[in-house]
Amino acid sequence: MLNRRLIFAATLVLAGGINGAALAQDKSIVVSSTTSTTDSGLFGHILPLFKQKTGIDVKVVSQGTGQALDTGRRGDSDAVFVHAKAQEEKFVAEGFGVKRFPVMYNDFILIGPKSDPAGVKGGKDITAALKTIKEKGAAFISRGDKSGTHTAELNLWKAAGIDIAKDKGDWYKEIGQGMGAALNTASASNGYVLSDRGTWLNFKNRGELDVIVEGDRRLFNQYGVILVNPEKHPHVKKELSQAFIDWLVSPEGQKAIADYKVNGQQLFFPNAGAPGA
Amino acid sequence: MPAGASALEMVLTGDPGLYSIVGLSLYVSLSAVALAAIVGFPLGAFLALVRFPGRGPLVVVINAFMGLPPVVVGLAVFLLLSRSGPLGFLGILFTPRAMIFAQALLVLPIIVALARQTIEDLWAEYRDELTAMGIGPAGRVATLLWDGRFSLVTTLLAGFGRAAAEVGTVMIVGGNIDGFTRMMTTAIALETSKGDLPLAIGLGLVLITLVIGVNAIAWGVRRVGELRAG
Repeated sequence: MLNRRLIFAATLVLAGGINGAALAQDKSIVVSSTTSTTDSGLFGHILPLFKQKTGIDVKVVSQGTGQALDTGRRGDSDAVFVHAKAQEEKFVAEGFGVKRFPVMYNDFILIGPKSDPAGVKGGKDITAALKTIKEKGAAFISRGDKSGTHTAELNLWKAAGIDIAKDKGDWYKEIGQGMGAALNTASASNGYVLSDRGTWLNFKNRGELDVIVEGDRRLFNQYGVILVNPEKHPHVKKELSQAFIDWLVSPEGQKAIADYKVNGQQLFFPNAGAPGA
Repeated sequence: MPAGASALEMVLTGDPGLYSIVGLSLYVSLSAVALAAIVGFPLGAFLALVRFPGRGPLVVVINAFMGLPPVVVGLAVFLLLSRSGPLGFLGILFTPRAMIFAQALLVLPIIVALARQTIEDLWAEYRDELTAMGIGPAGRVATLLWDGRFSLVTTLLAGFGRAAAEVGTVMIVGGNIDGFTRMMTTAIALETSKGDLPLAIGLGLVLITLVIGVNAIAWGVRRVGELRAG
């Protein structure tokens, strides 16, 4: 009796799932993107607008930039939407992507405890702030996950004339996790951390954390979108994905990005046409 | 999921986002357990009743696999189902079906190991009777599975507990896609990363309540069954 009932229930459950999967395959694409675009709420704002216009469902897998590019490289996503220009250009040069389209930028900010143990608050020079943090040995949390933010952080250390691989001490903690986890760690241990502004504005567990350095030109963070090359991966949904890319860089898509605000603050600045972006 | 909402609010107001996540969690984990049981019960009974060379080491390995790290299973299934992997042509990575498959693999050793133990204990009790009646191996497996059905419910629950609680495999093979592959555990991980710790804890409590509910139903079914079976 019980066995028969169990088998019946299991059959129902399995049949339901197969139906569900078949329906969901209708007009949808997979985009691998970064945690910052999802955690900041940008996709939650623009994807419904895109779906309304085209009927295309965009399924976002949010990972660090390194992993997101790898997902595209393996052919597990139809497009990648990330922020590490050098890695993106390499991705295209190696033939995994068709063409890189610049979409928008946002900026990084240095977050740290209000008590500011390194005494760098209010400065506009990010490299000077990093140098002081290192000299004073103030706690610094690094993503350490090959993400776009991690790459940007490493470039900033380099710009500050510090070889972080060699010079890191107990004060420098690589956690190998996403932006939110890094902010949680900084909040719990009163450390400094480099964050994208979007994730910070949406972040709720701030504790004693505050913005320490912002506005330096070197903190600008460019996003690009790339179609995964159908010649490498024939199953890539070329038309649907290209429609998404075209929409992102169109005046309509660019306006949707500019319109997204958190607490009245614009998070992402569209610049699809900008030369050199 | 609306920002700033409390989990309790979402339960009370019937938040559709929350209910679809709860639904997917139940659907994926229950399907995984069902799938694992279909394969695992006969396999467990076979291991209990049949002696063959290498059986001892195999039992040890299966017992050890009850503690398989979910993230390793997730990674293995990911590599298997990735478009660049051997089963990539199926195109099911980042879908609920991939999640069911991965969780079924995770749960299978628990089902096999516990079923084997249950059946072996029963066999000690029934051996003389079944031998005297001249029942063959297939008949023995069927008889013992049937007579052990109430104890085997606990095996299913152990498997379900494992599946419902894990985040490692479903995060990797499902991708935590909003409205498609986001489950309770991956939603909790996401809210934690957003720093919304109260919502994460609230969702955790919803998940625990859900698991208690499933166990209560199973307990009830077992009680009624035992009473009827006398």
